[in-house]
Amino acid sequence: MKIVVTAKRVPDTTEVKTDPVTGTLIRKGVPHIINPDDVHACEAALQIKEQFPGTEVNIMTMGQADAGIKQHELLGMGADHAYLLNDRFFGGADTLVCSRTLAAGIKKLGDVDLVLCGHQAIDGDTAQVGPEIARRLGIPSVSCICGLQISDDGKTATVTRMLDDGTETLEVPLPALFTVSKEINEPRYMTIYNLVDSFSDPAKEVTIWNHEDIGLDQSVLGLKASPTQVVKTFTPAPKGAGEMIEGTPEEAAAALTAKLVEKHLIK
Amino acid sequence: MELSDYKGIWAYAEQHDGKLQGVAIELLGEGRKLADELGVELCSVLLGSNVESLADELIAHGADKVYVADDPKLDKYTSDAYARVITDAVNEYKPEIVLMGATHDGRDLAPTVAAMLETGLTADCTKLAINDDKNLVQTRPAFGGNLMAEILCAKHRPQMATVRPGVMDKAKLDAGHKGEVIKLAVNVTEDEMRIKVLDQVREVAGKVALTDASVIVSGGLGMGGADGFKMLQELADEFSNSTIGCSRAAVDAGWLDHSYQVGQTGVTVKPDIYFACGISGMIQHVAGMKGSKLIVAINKNPEADIFDIADYGIVGDVYKVVPALIAEIKAAKAAAAE
Ligand SMILES: Cc1cc2nc3c(=O)[nH]c(=O)nc-3n(C[C@H](O)[C@H](O)[C@H](O)COP(=O)(O)OP(=O)(O)OC[C@H]3O[C@@H](n4cnc5c(N)ncnc54)[C@H](O)[C@@H]3O)c2cc1C
Ligand SMILES: Nc1ncnc2c1ncn2[C@@H]1O[C@H](COP(=O)(O)O)[C@@H](O)[C@H]1O
Repeated sequence: MKIVVTAKRVPDTTEVKTDPVTGTLIRKGVPHIINPDDVHACEAALQIKEQFPGTEVNIMTMGQADAGIKQHELLGMGADHAYLLNDRFFGGADTLVCSRTLAAGIKKLGDVDLVLCGHQAIDGDTAQVGPEIARRLGIPSVSCICGLQISDDGKTATVTRMLDDGTETLEVPLPALFTVSKEINEPRYMTIYNLVDSFSDPAKEVTIWNHEDIGLDQSVLGLKASPTQVVKTFTPAPKGAGEMIEGTPEEAAAALTAKLVEKHLIK
Repeated sequence: MELSDYKGIWAYAEQHDGKLQGVAIELLGEGRKLADELGVELCSVLLGSNVESLADELIAHGADKVYVADDPKLDKYTSDAYARVITDAVNEYKPEIVLMGATHDGRDLAPTVAAMLETGLTADCTKLAINDDKNLVQTRPAFGGNLMAEILCAKHRPQMATVRPGVMDKAKLDAGHKGEVIKLAVNVTEDEMRIKVLDQVREVAGKVALTDASVIVSGGLGMGGADGFKMLQELADEFSNSTIGCSRAAVDAGWLDHSYQVGQTGVTVKPDIYFACGISGMIQHVAGMKGSKLIVAINKNPEADIFDIADYGIVGDVYKVVPALIAEIKAAKAAAAE
């Protein structure tokens, strides 16, 4: 089986802080990581490889030149190849154009049986890129899955999808695309052997493709081709400080209850 | 693309098993404001099997038109069938704005439709407005809620956005409002229906959904164990239309399942009262509850971030404060009944 895992390098948004004085985002010194959901997608692919020996797990990333270094973490887990779509014309792409670019990279690989994406990326949290790629590849897609089983003949997937108030089980013929939530598995750690191997084995060298390699004209790429444009950013205004209620637990509880009664919130 | 060919606002009316979801009515509430500002029609789009009777409810909540696709093939949501029907309808009727709920289905459907229409889509908007050029200004959080971004889709139509449940105000009921029902063609072949729904498990009815609750008593890692949530449930029981909720740390600890999680990767809530018990107030949690009308924080650490956004803060042990609070509320209710 030939699997593609899309993996994005993102700033670790839990480490992002806002400057209390200027109110702007402090991006400096924020570490970059592989998007957490994408690591779970890679794990899901590696488990399929255990089920079907000979399966090839390919990592596909669109990003800056140094994102390739981060791809090695997934090679270190056991992925076979890494592809980095890198070109100055790719910059500023919104999800529609991002999916166009990634889909072109996946098409170039050819004969892919399964595409696994993360459910969402923590920098944008849009959860859009996966389903958009699927439409461009003309394959069915299911998003936010927490379970994945491939039939023994390798032709059908049974997936569990998360709903707002439960789950559902779906049957989907391959090739297909799924976006993976964290609930699906516990990712393995990378092994030193695999990691060293990924830096020394020429087959594991990151392949870099530009817009010509994936056959897309500059005019359909990047910020200029993106239908959505960010026109303004601002930091949310902090809410005014509230009131601290002092005293023993009993005194505080009584004071709070009095306030709730006053506001007609206790009836 | 001739932008001026596109007119009117569409609000997707998500239903499960013939029951309209709250966000459908919230989108009509928000859509009404935008439609009035633009001077255009507000339309609902309803897909499903045996759902046509829901059209009246949508009209009574302000829809001028309801586009209905009623077909056994649409009994359960699948991206294949639903996206096909909506894409065909958009191409035929050309709305300028399409709004969907940022539910699990909506966040699957919207990007599928956007890719088929080759148009822009903004996820999880918290605010929508019309600017001087009559374009939709879409505001959404980014970077884990640290930053807000205003996004335009000025040169493509339709302008598509998903909106989180619980963020917009519900449309008011007006039984006298008149609207028209228009049937949509369902041109989906069996071959196109590649995804088969084998089974669906939805939570038992009777439970108050986080997004609908008036009062939420939420617990975090500071509850120390699953048992603590029984105490929080007791506090919740003192209020009507209430439920317990929690932080992600409590889900990770295995005390409650993910459906109770409030926050960026959980549910966005805005109840009348939100009790945060043993929750530190990390930005991802706050992103999901800061819209609450009144926030009460109980935490033993006086430095906890949650106090920065709380209306009332109590520094103390939840196991001392919450039982005292339950007793006081019971006493206050008894006094009021006399
Ligand atoms: C991409 C991403 C998405 C995330 N999404 C979410 C999300 O949707 N929702 C969410 O909640 N989190 C989310 N998180 C996790 C978030 O960053 C925090 O880790 C989490 O909210 C912390 O939960 P907590 O406040 O319960 O735990 P902690 O931060 O450990 O806080 C526990 C608090 O309890 C207090 N405490 C301890 N004992 C007592 C006691 N006996 N009485 C009173 N107080 C006590 C402590 O002082 C402390 O403040 C996300 C993280 C990431 C990276
Ligand atoms: N630049 C990128 N490179 C590789 N994969 C990406 C990229 N952007 C998004 N993805 C994939 O799409 C998923 C959803 O991203 P998003 O729609 O931005 O939330 C991610 O988890 C990745 O698997």
